Amino acid sequence: MAQRRVTVESKVGLHARPAAMFVEAASKAGGQVTVAKGEGTPVSAKSILAVMGLDVRNGDEIVIDVEGEGPDADALLDRLAEIANAD
Amino acid sequence: MAQTYRGAGVSPGAGYGPVKRLTREVPQPAPDARHAGDAEAEARRAVAAMEQTAQDLTARGERAGGEAAEVLSAQALMARDPALADDVRRRVGEGADAARAVSEAMAVYRDMLANAGEYLAARVADLDDVRDRIVARLMGAPIPGIPDSDSPFVLVAEDLAPADTAVLDPAQVVAFVTREGGPTSHTAILARSLGLPAVVACAGADAIAEGTMLLVDGATGEVVADPDPAAVEAATAAAAARARAAAQSTGPGRTADGHPVPLLANIGGPQDLPAALENGAEGVGLYRTEFLFLDRSDAPGHDEQVAAYRAVLEAFPGGKVVVRTLDAGADKPLAFLPAPAAEPNPALGERGLRMMRRFPETLDAQLAALAEAERGTDAELQVMAPMVTDAEDSEWFAAVAAKAGVQQAGVMIEVPAAALRARHIAASAAFFSIGTNDLTQYTCAADRETGGLGRFQDPWQPGVLDLVAVAASAAAEAGRPCGVCGEAAADPLLACVLTGLGVTSLSMGASALPLVRAALARVELAQCRAAADAALAARGPEEARAAAAAALPGLAELGL
Repeated sequence: MAQRRVTVESKVGLHARPAAMFVEAASKAGGQVTVAKGEGTPVSAKSILAVMGLDVRNGDEIVIDVEGEGPDADALLDRLAEIANAD
Repeated sequence: MAQTYRGAGVSPGAGYGPVKRLTREVPQPAPDARHAGDAEAEARRAVAAMEQTAQDLTARGERAGGEAAEVLSAQALMARDPALADDVRRRVGEGADAARAVSEAMAVYRDMLANAGEYLAARVADLDDVRDRIVARLMGAPIPGIPDSDSPFVLVAEDLAPADTAVLDPAQVVAFVTREGGPTSHTAILARSLGLPAVVACAGADAIAEGTMLLVDGATGEVVADPDPAAVEAATAAAAARARAAAQSTGPGRTADGHPVPLLANIGGPQDLPAALENGAEGVGLYRTEFLFLDRSDAPGHDEQVAAYRAVLEAFPGGKVVVRTLDAGADKPLAFLPAPAAEPNPALGERGLRMMRRFPETLDAQLAALAEAERGTDAELQVMAPMVTDAEDSEWFAAVAAKAGVQQAGVMIEVPAAALRARHIAASAAFFSIGTNDLTQYTCAADRETGGLGRFQDPWQPGVLDLVAVAASAAAEAGRPCGVCGEAAADPLLACVLTGLGVTSLSMGASALPLVRAALARVELAQCRAAADAALAARGPEEARAAAAAALPGLAELGL
């Protein structure tokens, strides 16, 4: 299990466009990908409804977990973190 | 027999044609609808309908492109959501039929989004649209959306969703009328981008029968069912004349006899600058700084604020830029500036300057960023505080602004008490800017958000005009400028009346600038003053409008 903690820098948080990009990127992975807000309950990062329901705003910390280890998992975490911080 | 409806005109022009209604009515699955017994087949049917809906939404997005494509692809993701599909399968497994399972599963997410705050509330409409499409498909009902037609029509709807508008053929639709919506709704934005006349918030629109001939005036907000041919001709000619006049209006704002009335733009940030410049704004009359602060957990830092303010100041070398300090509270709550206690009437609570007096460090930081942003630019920076109530408020703000290095500190006149005692406030305020939306709300004690109070949300209410007159003359006596930066300034006829009342500049949404410029250029200052006197003498808003129009014959050629 690979994990990353990210402070969301996207101005609109994980809503609207960033949320859709985040889910699209997570959906490309074969295994399970989850995201949680702070210490909250993780939800599937492949579900746009669950991700939007977290109501992640600019400045919130999220925890992303990716099934598996190694370069593929790291690359996915990089990509997801990048989306959470882009505008 | 002609019948007239009234709404808010949000995209100018006249349209005439038969009504076609957008149906969004989707049969609701019965609360106890159960499938025949083969849960696996029923679940497959549900998931197939979700996938087909996703494909349809994606295809619509590809046809639409641009911003609509983004909304539609997000909607496709909702239809294809694996967590939703799991929930649907589970409900089908417990016996629910496919349509009921989808409807119930989506209700769970709908509640979650609806409770998550203002920002996500807009997504609820997108989600409802996805649900309706899936449920209609499962129940064999027509998919809700824009009707097909071989000939041009006026589209009448409750409101328009992005999925509807994206596939709309502008050659088929001559105008929009919706019962809901406001100037920033999808309908309004789409109509303006397509150049189609549109009226929103039109009470009674839901009662207009399919096929009725409808005349829509997107400038005045008037919608006439079964109009006589002369009215159609007059409205069409007037709309054409207005469009010509607006297209030809150039130069700074002034009356026919040369009295200058600077025409400025209301903006929410640097993204609104291109439209302001395109429409010939001479500066910015209202820079709403809230957008920098909304939806975040902390105030923006110094450098971020300086950059956002400087981008606007640099766009108007030699021009005036009026920045309103953070207007938090009431309908714009901020996480890091909590109301001190629950407020039963937030519009009458700790908002605007009242909130800043409680959190002075936030105001100090904003003023310091503004003072720094002005350094090295050629624009004239003016800073004003919202919700000033009395002279003490104004003095406090002037002192704080001076300490931060802001040269010109003024106040907004939105509270009736401030208008009535403007002569005392003028002693410490470098300028006034009348916010007619809130001034009207507070003068008539009518909440801006309450649909049923439309008659009192009209800046033509003579009580509101009285207060504008008091404030403008107090400013003149003290040698201070007095602008207007509310919706009232965007009404070409009222703009002339405001000028006659002594208002010295007008600020409005950029798209309204050309027509206001054209209207001012057709009247003389003395006529504006006569129109102002006539409006003040009237007993109600309709009479005030008519009396002003009669005193300004030059506007007749614009159909105003």
